[in-house]
Amino acid sequence: MKFIVATILTSLLAFAAGLYLPWWSIAIAAFIVSTLIHQKPWKSMLSGALGLFLLWVLLAIWIDSKNQGILSARISELLPLGGSAFLLILITAFVGALVAGLAALSGAYLKKLK
Amino acid sequence: MRKIPFVISFVLTIILIWSLNKPWGAIPAFGKFISPQHGFWQNAEDATALTDLSLDFPQLKQKAEVYFDDRMVPHVFAQNDEDAYFIQGYLHAKFRLWQMEFQTHAAAGRISEILGNDPRFIRYDRETRRLGMVYAAENALKEIEKDPVGKACADSYTAGVNAYIVNLTESELPLEYKLLGYKPEKWTNLKIALLLKQMTRTLADFDLDLEKTNAKSKLSLADFDALYPPIADSLEPIIPKGTVFSKQSVVPVMPVTADSLYFEKKESLAVTEFTKQNPANGSNNWAVSGKKSKSGAPILCGDPHLDLSLPSIWYEMQITVPGSSTYGASLPGTPYIIIGFNNDIAWSVTNAGQDVKDYYEIKFRDASKKEYWFNNEWTSTRLKIETIKVKGELPIYDTVAYTVFGPVIYDQGFTEELAHGKALAVRWSAHDPSNEANTFYELNRAKNYMDYEEAIRGFTCPAQNFVFASRSGDIAIWQQGRFPARWNRQGMFVMPGSDSSYMWQGSIPQGENPHILNPERGFVESANQRAVDSAYPYYIPGDYTIPRGITITKNLSRMEQIVPEDMMALQNSNYNVQASFFRPVLLKYIKEDELDAAEKGFLALVKGWDLNNSAKSKATTVYQSWFDSLEVLIWKDELNQVTPQAPWPNEQTLIEALLKDSAFRFIDNINTTEKETLYEVVTSALKKATPELMDQEKAGTLEWAKHKNTTIYHLLRTVKPFARSGISIGGGGNIVNAVTHSHGPSWKMIVHLTDKIEAYGVYPGGQSGNPGSKYYDNGVDVWAAGKYNTLWMMGDKETKDKRVVGKIMFRK
Repeated sequence: MKFIVATILTSLLAFAAGLYLPWWSIAIAAFIVSTLIHQKPWKSMLSGALGLFLLWVLLAIWIDSKNQGILSARISELLPLGGSAFLLILITAFVGALVAGLAALSGAYLKKLK
Repeated sequence: MRKIPFVISFVLTIILIWSLNKPWGAIPAFGKFISPQHGFWQNAEDATALTDLSLDFPQLKQKAEVYFDDRMVPHVFAQNDEDAYFIQGYLHAKFRLWQMEFQTHAAAGRISEILGNDPRFIRYDRETRRLGMVYAAENALKEIEKDPVGKACADSYTAGVNAYIVNLTESELPLEYKLLGYKPEKWTNLKIALLLKQMTRTLADFDLDLEKTNAKSKLSLADFDALYPPIADSLEPIIPKGTVFSKQSVVPVMPVTADSLYFEKKESLAVTEFTKQNPANGSNNWAVSGKKSKSGAPILCGDPHLDLSLPSIWYEMQITVPGSSTYGASLPGTPYIIIGFNNDIAWSVTNAGQDVKDYYEIKFRDASKKEYWFNNEWTSTRLKIETIKVKGELPIYDTVAYTVFGPVIYDQGFTEELAHGKALAVRWSAHDPSNEANTFYELNRAKNYMDYEEAIRGFTCPAQNFVFASRSGDIAIWQQGRFPARWNRQGMFVMPGSDSSYMWQGSIPQGENPHILNPERGFVESANQRAVDSAYPYYIPGDYTIPRGITITKNLSRMEQIVPEDMMALQNSNYNVQASFFRPVLLKYIKEDELDAAEKGFLALVKGWDLNNSAKSKATTVYQSWFDSLEVLIWKDELNQVTPQAPWPNEQTLIEALLKDSAFRFIDNINTTEKETLYEVVTSALKKATPELMDQEKAGTLEWAKHKNTTIYHLLRTVKPFARSGISIGGGGNIVNAVTHSHGPSWKMIVHLTDKIEAYGVYPGGQSGNPGSKYYDNGVDVWAAGKYNTLWMMGDKETKDKRVVGKIMFRK
């Protein structure tokens, strides 16, 4: 239960932060949530990572479908991912998850110090 | 001890964010780039969303509306000029900001600032500064701002662009800024002038003076003239043959030293221009009078030929203010409609091609470049220190000396090849103060021939053939620019710059520029050919091409009862008129019995060819390869004597020479003891071309369109996913449908000046410069198919028309 709350809260806070702050505010969001919601460090990390994975994957899929795949086709060729929008979306989600996961982990360890 | 996990994970987090927040080589800051709320995903526009905005700007004087049709062409309705151009600036920025800024950076020699430390970019920037591009723009801006109307329009346009820039958030930046990691800077009136000078450079910077100087040093005068004849025999000039011209009123005097110091001087210069404009930058235009059209109303057509690029160089729009509605192609970076029509007249332009750039040899007193020898004394230069910023590095400084002729473009500091303290100054018409922008302001509002004549009168550079037609029935064409009055062959070679005797001695008076109104033959046309035949008294060298003018003149002469569809067919014509002259020569002199099976097969293709450069034609590829191979066999041995490079002769020159004389002396290869004959070189040319033709046949690229692989590159040429390649279209360099690998008709327009004007147009691109928009390249397929959109001059009462799919309401 805590896990689900932490995950969803991370997504929402990261989304809100992203409306006004630079991209790395996802780390702040994940960090804050894991200091507020006490879980074992590896669970915090997973909440953070999953929270951002879900947020960024859903945003990317939603944007991509409204755009009819026009830009993802071009960018995935540029990157180079062989033109695969699927891979591009996956990488997007993975980067967000990595940053948020690490941030959440440090938040949990900070919490443990206290 | 317990601190360690925290410290490690925290530090790792910081390092990860730091490394994802900075560019690594060509890869942009990846975290920022991939974030769906900040990076490229934000540029992936909703394909079904309709524009419906209300914007407030205190800079506006009154309210205004913009309506978009289904191709995102904006129809602007404003109550006064300043608001109209404010909105044009805003729209240009909204849809094409990156392109405008990139092109004006290129004009100012600021590519290294954006693209970084690469010798090619640095050399480009240095040459651009030394060519005096910024100097030219500053001179133009002074003229624009002297005129209160012009200044007000420029100020408003600039304000409109900046109104867009100032409201941009980081996530809204165009994609290219995100990829290259920089932000737009404020727009200025100077940038308008820079954009105009960038177009000027594209059209009026090409010449072969350096190459011809080197050719003169190795070849005899007779050979030189055979290779580069000033007037082609088959020329169909713009002004019909047989026209009588008034005597020249300006008679320049050849300097007494010309023979020894100019014509007979045999010294080559080890310098080549780094950036050479495409000599094919030209166009077609024509107009037929009511006498020849079915409706009795004139029809005007134009298609400018430029490097095809995405975003497209043109932006289509309508601008309506009280008393004037103009529609056509505009250039992001400057106000006004550049090629188009209003409710009374239509106009278009082709490049005149006259040479307006000459070189003078300068002798500096010493390495400081502070003085040079002129008219028997050491004269001071004006030194300008150019600062070239380089992304990620310290800036580079280049000191450029300005002389009475203009800037010294090549000297010991640039380029290294120019030895022995030689220096070359450049005299270029583009430097001369003039206000070309005003011509477009006035053409947009012109109502008749007198207005047109007045509008173009002050147009100096880049000289254009302005074609004109009015609803009242007039058709006209005028080669307008300010041309130096030259003595015979002045400027063909680098000239001595140590005294004033070789300077330009005045201009051809504007009224003596080639022009004609309502000619007997019922049509006017231009296609970058020489404007006049040898009866014209002035010496007017230039980059002229022959074939398209011949095809267009022949067709328009015989056509009657013309309708717009006939004009579309002519713009799309793939007929290869050069091949119609030359194929008989190839077929006559080929020694069939010496050919093997493959070669015979290719010969058969050429024999059976319908002389059209169609997309699916294999014969076109064979013919062209055979011709290219023959050219090399005939010219290369003689031209290789010239260093660093001789100008490659015009294709027409070879054709006419061989038609006249099958024993043309260049046929002989000077490096072999035997004397080759035309039979031998024609046969050898086909044999030499065959292996590559066979490879192409195997690879499936023998068809003309596949061979040509017409590609529309993004302005950042290396970004392939933003380009469109493999476009299936025919045509060719000397064909009316002038499509080559990456160059061709960048806008095609046909205007039928009936009472309610009908117009058609198309361009290979789209209104949006955003690769994430469906309007980025939606016009390419229509253009490639030879089709046209109907252009809609929207009336102010038509706001509920179903063609309107979006709008922006502007309020003050």
